[in-house]
Amino acid sequence: MSILIAILTLGGLTFLLALMLVIANRKLYVYEDPRIDEVEDMLPHANCGACGYPGCRPFAEALVSGDVLPGKCTVSSEEGREAIAHYLGVSVGAEEKIVARLACAGGTNVAKNRAQYEGLGTCRAASLISGGGKGCFWGCLGHGDCEVVCDFDAITMNQHSLPVVDEALCTACGDCVEVCPKDLFSLQPVNHRLWVACKNLEAGDGVLEDCEVACTACAKCAMDAPGNLITMMHNLPVVDYSENHQTQVPIQRCPTGAIVWLDESGEVVKGKESKKIVRKGERRIGYT
Amino acid sequence: MTDESLWYIFINASLISNFVLAYFLGICPFLGVSGKMETATKMGAAVTFVMIISSMCAYGIHALLVALNAPFLQLISYIVVIASTVQLVEMVIKKMSPALFKALGIFLPLITTNCAILGLALFQTNKGYNFLESLVYALGAGAGFTLALVLIAGLREQLNLADVPDVIKGTALTLVIAGILSLTFMGFAGLGL
Repeated sequence: MSILIAILTLGGLTFLLALMLVIANRKLYVYEDPRIDEVEDMLPHANCGACGYPGCRPFAEALVSGDVLPGKCTVSSEEGREAIAHYLGVSVGAEEKIVARLACAGGTNVAKNRAQYEGLGTCRAASLISGGGKGCFWGCLGHGDCEVVCDFDAITMNQHSLPVVDEALCTACGDCVEVCPKDLFSLQPVNHRLWVACKNLEAGDGVLEDCEVACTACAKCAMDAPGNLITMMHNLPVVDYSENHQTQVPIQRCPTGAIVWLDESGEVVKGKESKKIVRKGERRIGYT
Repeated sequence: MTDESLWYIFINASLISNFVLAYFLGICPFLGVSGKMETATKMGAAVTFVMIISSMCAYGIHALLVALNAPFLQLISYIVVIASTVQLVEMVIKKMSPALFKALGIFLPLITTNCAILGLALFQTNKGYNFLESLVYALGAGAGFTLALVLIAGLREQLNLADVPDVIKGTALTLVIAGILSLTFMGFAGLGL
């Protein structure tokens, strides 16, 4: 008897509620453009946010409403972007490739540690303890948080514990920018080839004690640069990329090679007068 | 019976035994949707609405189940009713305010399994409230929930601008201020009987 009551009560209840929901669903139906789903399927589902939208779905919505062009998606392949452009009847839209760049060149062969850090092997943990063991307070700690956080395997740590960005794989999602406790990464258009690979805010040759490739704030690059291309700010050269920056003149007299030219082939070109770094091993504590 | 007057029931549900800060029910939206004052208020309104509807339904169902002599169906019936009500609220919000729908995100369907709402339905049955008392109890619980959400949202908005040590930023800080907030609400316990 109680089984019957249970079945009937719950059956009746669920039927009533289901009926209510069916009616509500009809009355409150929200029209969504079916193309949004189609376009979302064509996107890479990386949800990386490099396009400036929170994820692939909001980007698909913006694409369908015509606010952006498919070229904004840096993760899709060329064919993928073209397929979306063809589907929506718009042009692909050329976007200049943006990549993550590291403003530090202080690998273990040139930069000294002042203390041996033996805690949890992440930059975030290390930086919590008086900024990490590195002599240069601003430099890369080399525990590779950026390598771990990169979803596209674009960052690898080289033999000197310095991250190297593979520009072909980098989608400029900005995860490394966020994770670096020293704020060394920034997103730069790939044609910004004139690059200051240092964040040390101190001036004078004293900084070389900690890192052989640090900027000593000698300002030779700023003097040599045409026009107002480079200004010195907080003991660091700042490149004004709104000026004509396709020149290798400023790097030539840099004594340490802190300002460099990043070649299209991925090679780092240093100035003629820059000190050559020949050491392959680690630069040890107390050893200068 | 003065201690069970409607006014007392309201104060009791909203302040003295605040669902979030005294009974620790409904903690997940309390921590999850309390980043911004605006969404916190609207989440509070949505929860209050669901509370009132499910409280009315729970009263009716309880009466029906007692009449049918099947009180063992109480829990499952409440769950079904609450789930459907939340579904309805979700549809209404999606229609009326897509922006709010996005802001509430996953926490809107999570009202379904919000212990504050099921807790309300069970409490009012246990306390043997009549229809009007149940309604006031639901209103008070909803008001208390909204109050807790608004308070913590205000604190968190202010703390976004403050210089906070890195180690405590984010969830840790939210939990700490939630604890302090709960501590202050213990002061209302003196009003109880």
